[in-house]
Amino acid sequence: MLSVADLTKSFVSPEGGRAEIVRVGRFELAAGEQRALRGESGSGKTTFLNLIAGILAADGGRVELDGIDLAALPEAKRDRLRADKIGYIFQTFNLLQGYTVLENVLLGMSFGPRGVDRVHAVELLRRVGLEHRLGHFPRQLSTGQQQRVAVARALANRPKLVLADEPTGNLDRTSAREALALIREVCRENGAALLLVSHDDGVLAQFEGLQDFAVINAAARRGPGAVPADGKEGGS
Amino acid sequence: MTLPLIIYRSLRQHALSTLITAGSIALACGLLMTVWVVKTQAQAAFISTSTAFDAVLGARGSKLQLVLNGIFHLEASPGNLAASDYELIRKHPAVKTAIPIAVGDNLRGYRIVGTVPQLLTNVEYAPGKSYAVAPGGKVFGEAAREAVVGSFAAERLGLKVGSTFQPFHGLTFDEKALHEEVFTVTGILTPTNTPADKVIWVPIKGVQAMSGHDPKAANDVSAVLIQLRAASAGVMLDLMINKQGNRMTFAYPVGAIMADFFGKISWFDRVLALVAYLVALVAAGSVLASIYNSMSARQRDLAILRALGARRRTIFGAVVAEAACIGALGAAVGFAIYFGLLTLVAEVIRAQTGVVLDVTEGHAVLWICPLAMTALCALGGAVPAVKAYRTPVAETLAPVS
Repeated sequence: MLSVADLTKSFVSPEGGRAEIVRVGRFELAAGEQRALRGESGSGKTTFLNLIAGILAADGGRVELDGIDLAALPEAKRDRLRADKIGYIFQTFNLLQGYTVLENVLLGMSFGPRGVDRVHAVELLRRVGLEHRLGHFPRQLSTGQQQRVAVARALANRPKLVLADEPTGNLDRTSAREALALIREVCRENGAALLLVSHDDGVLAQFEGLQDFAVINAAARRGPGAVPADGKEGGS
Repeated sequence: MTLPLIIYRSLRQHALSTLITAGSIALACGLLMTVWVVKTQAQAAFISTSTAFDAVLGARGSKLQLVLNGIFHLEASPGNLAASDYELIRKHPAVKTAIPIAVGDNLRGYRIVGTVPQLLTNVEYAPGKSYAVAPGGKVFGEAAREAVVGSFAAERLGLKVGSTFQPFHGLTFDEKALHEEVFTVTGILTPTNTPADKVIWVPIKGVQAMSGHDPKAANDVSAVLIQLRAASAGVMLDLMINKQGNRMTFAYPVGAIMADFFGKISWFDRVLALVAYLVALVAAGSVLASIYNSMSARQRDLAILRALGARRRTIFGAVVAEAACIGALGAAVGFAIYFGLLTLVAEVIRAQTGVVLDVTEGHAVLWICPLAMTALCALGGAVPAVKAYRTPVAETLAPVS
């Protein structure tokens, strides 16, 4: 379902040279599979997910999703494909603060191929236990509730692939465990593959399919000089 | 659903700046529309009011002054005409109607004009429209101390049929200059929406023989309002009176004199228009600045939308549409300002000149201005939209460590 080959990405480093962040020779994920990647901060995990999501354009290589090479697509088509096939759960949730819980999910749907399906959106929010918070704004929710909105939004377009970038990074241990269980369960129910990146051993321990990101990312193996996706030190 | 929701939420999030910007656009739109409509309607009303008579004959002086004094009851008379001059023009074969008027008195600021009853009974003040005295009244007698009061003046002065008044000397009100003669109101004119509505009409003999007026000028008139039998006669009389003579002025044709007057003050229109254009530009600039300044705050939202699958052109369109919405909102409120201003200006013009502007009359500027303003705002929105278009998604969404 997801096949990555010879994927590379580099950024201009603060010193002016180019720092290679991602060099992945081969990576594959089957439909419905759930896989976790372990990696330290700055190892290029977020960049890798952004490349898969088409948010970043790769310097080289292939990212095939259902046989379509994202890396070869122009930006507009990458956007369309992302809306169509990929759900993204961010570490900081990235909810739209000026929109209600329901609107956050509906907006996620509106860019997808099926358009807005209010019944499905409400059902998803019910599934994550937020049916009584539809009209609330994110700032009126607890961190755990915001995380659940992010999960519902990521699944709104019935994606084939859900990318989760440190999805429990802002939660306490109990909430993190519950949230992770929810993500995995909802992905399973929706038939979506899950690719999760984290540096939290507590989270990673719950995955049978666990892989060290440094093993697949040659750039990370070369040493600690890696620069994160935003070009600054300290990102994931 | 997407675009309207994005626009609505963005406007809500920046409600204060939206309202301030829309307010400045409303002001610009309201001013522009008012300036245009007042200019156009006032010009048309003044020119159409001057269709009743072809010419005005008066003492040697300015043609415009004669027309303003004789037709619009503004300005002072440039001097008197001898009764013999009036008789000469009245009997001229080219003249169809000659109505003498005498001015020089007022009633609490409203001008008293002496004339002959024929003005109110035989003359059409506009094609197909004649003066009419409201039921229960009648036109004054030729030699009586009687008056017919214009509708606006009657309303303001509280005069009714049977009311009496003593005129004040001069064209401006001075309570010490009271004449001793007492006039009785015999009729109120039905509204004509012309300067006649703010005039108190009395027999010409009444003004000529008023106590305190120069007895030597007892038969003089201030001006003669003339209808010609043919337009060619006007050219002939113009040659005879203005070019060959040197005692009188023949203001002909009245419509052209008014049009010329408006032509001379057109620079004022242009200044007003320029001010209105500048206000519109400033308003569009404020839309640009308002959205542009909020771009940093909303960049994260835009990046999130992009990450959710929104295309660059959707983001660009949302920002431009938001700017257009602010423009449209301002234009809509601009209509309220327009109606308020126009009503106010129309009341002032009516009180000053008797000319009535129709606040409900349509004009092309009423749709051109809101559309142009909305388009201008959308154009202003294009600048921040480009910034939004270029929002780097990955960089913007990177967690702050």
